Amino acid sequence: MSYIGNILGGIKTLLTGMKVTGGYFFPSIIGRKYIITRQYPDEPAIVMDRFKGEVVMWHNDNNEHRCTGCQACEIACPNGTIEIIWDRVLNEETGKKVKQIDKHIYHLGMCTMCNLCIQACPTNAIMWSTNFHNSTYDRSKLTKVLNRPGSKLMAGVEE
Amino acid sequence: MSTMILTQTNYFADLIHYLSDGLGWGFGGQILGYIIIALIYMTFFAVAGLLLVYLERRVAGFFQLRLGPNRVGPWGLLQTIADALKLLTKELTGTERKENLLYHTAYFIVIIASLLALSAIPFSGGIVAFDINIGVFFISAISSVGVLSILFGGWGSNNKYSLLGGMRSGLQMISYELSSGLAILTIILMAGTLSMTGIVEQQRDMIFLLKGHIPALIAFVIFVIAGTAESNRTPFDLPEGEAELGAGYHSEYSGMGFAWFFLAEFINMFIISAVAVTLFFGGWLAPFGITDGLGAQWAWGLLWFFIKVFLMIFLFMWFRWTFPRLRIDQLLTLEWKYLLPIGLLNIVLMAILVYFKLVF
Repeated sequence: MSYIGNILGGIKTLLTGMKVTGGYFFPSIIGRKYIITRQYPDEPAIVMDRFKGEVVMWHNDNNEHRCTGCQACEIACPNGTIEIIWDRVLNEETGKKVKQIDKHIYHLGMCTMCNLCIQACPTNAIMWSTNFHNSTYDRSKLTKVLNRPGSKLMAGVEE
Repeated sequence: MSTMILTQTNYFADLIHYLSDGLGWGFGGQILGYIIIALIYMTFFAVAGLLLVYLERRVAGFFQLRLGPNRVGPWGLLQTIADALKLLTKELTGTERKENLLYHTAYFIVIIASLLALSAIPFSGGIVAFDINIGVFFISAISSVGVLSILFGGWGSNNKYSLLGGMRSGLQMISYELSSGLAILTIILMAGTLSMTGIVEQQRDMIFLLKGHIPALIAFVIFVIAGTAESNRTPFDLPEGEAELGAGYHSEYSGMGFAWFFLAEFINMFIISAVAVTLFFGGWLAPFGITDGLGAQWAWGLLWFFIKVFLMIFLFMWFRWTFPRLRIDQLLTLEWKYLLPIGLLNIVLMAILVYFKLVF
């Protein structure tokens, strides 16, 4: 009698399914510890190390960065996200004019997080930050200057 | 008025009687009473609909190990009110070449059908707006009017996905009305009456699910399956079928047009649960009569009725978040090859049991 067998088999599989979902439901109404979602604004979000939030420039404690102003990132960027305003400054020790960045401008609103600028950088001056709290009410706030005011090139990077 | 059963108090009838005769307002008082009752039911429609939507989302959350809506108001209770306000302020858009009459009639029909079915359900002893002696028949007849709205909406939208959804719904409704009708008939064989109040009163000593043992249990299972299909809920939500039809028959509705369909869907689930509770679990009666001697019987009745209905609704929600959707051929196979023959055999079995007095 496969007809009766079908019905009984059907009921059995349905009950098996309900047992599984009931096993999720009843513990989760009793204790918060069974809830696997993170209540984000109340609890901090877990962000993976390799998450690409925005491009930042690394600075050490003496407010020194590693950017030589070679513009490799600006050339590598496919959509003009990075603009570097630079100047030639006389180096007093050697007496030579050396390229030095004035502003490393980063338009976050245009960035597609393609990673090409970071691959292009010969001195590892720029890197990814995992910060994702970037929403603003004003588009102009997305244009950032990556080098801090008064910062200068770290010694020994250009050799 | 000849169809009214006047064997026990009916608070709504008393209200009308008081307004027309007690205060001497005559016909005007009668109309006022009807308006008050209508307002009570419409308020219940909105509040119950919003609460059920909240409950559905919350229960769904717990089934998926989430919390569900918990930000707006205490425990997120005001979430659906915020949603309703959003829907109220949205623009009513539609397709350019829609069938205007059918398109706009559709959501009125769905409300009217739900409210009419709601009016015949006894919420407690004496709390039923329309206490007729063919109550069950009336509800099952009215609830199949609801399919008209889905067909109208599907046809009037002038959209192939809406049309497919509407046609599927019609197909499904016509098929599963048979099974739910047979399941109801099985119980009526035992009760000997079609009146909702009468059916509940007969379960004072024992609920029908136990009284009718095997055939009643089979009828209950069939009724639950058919009821899930009639209220267009998963696993029978082919009319909506998000994956293949967008949103089915209401994909061209926006704002309140959509909200009425959405609320009515939940009210239909409430109606199916209420009918199941009335037929199988003794309606507003307390289990084992534990609150029988206490005062304010109508309030206790309401409490027990809503507890039982809540448990039934929870069962439907459990189904929804467990079972995968059926294919259309599987849907029809289930109805015509399994539920219908079993239902027919079940009626014969019940008739034999009732004839030889083998039911308790």
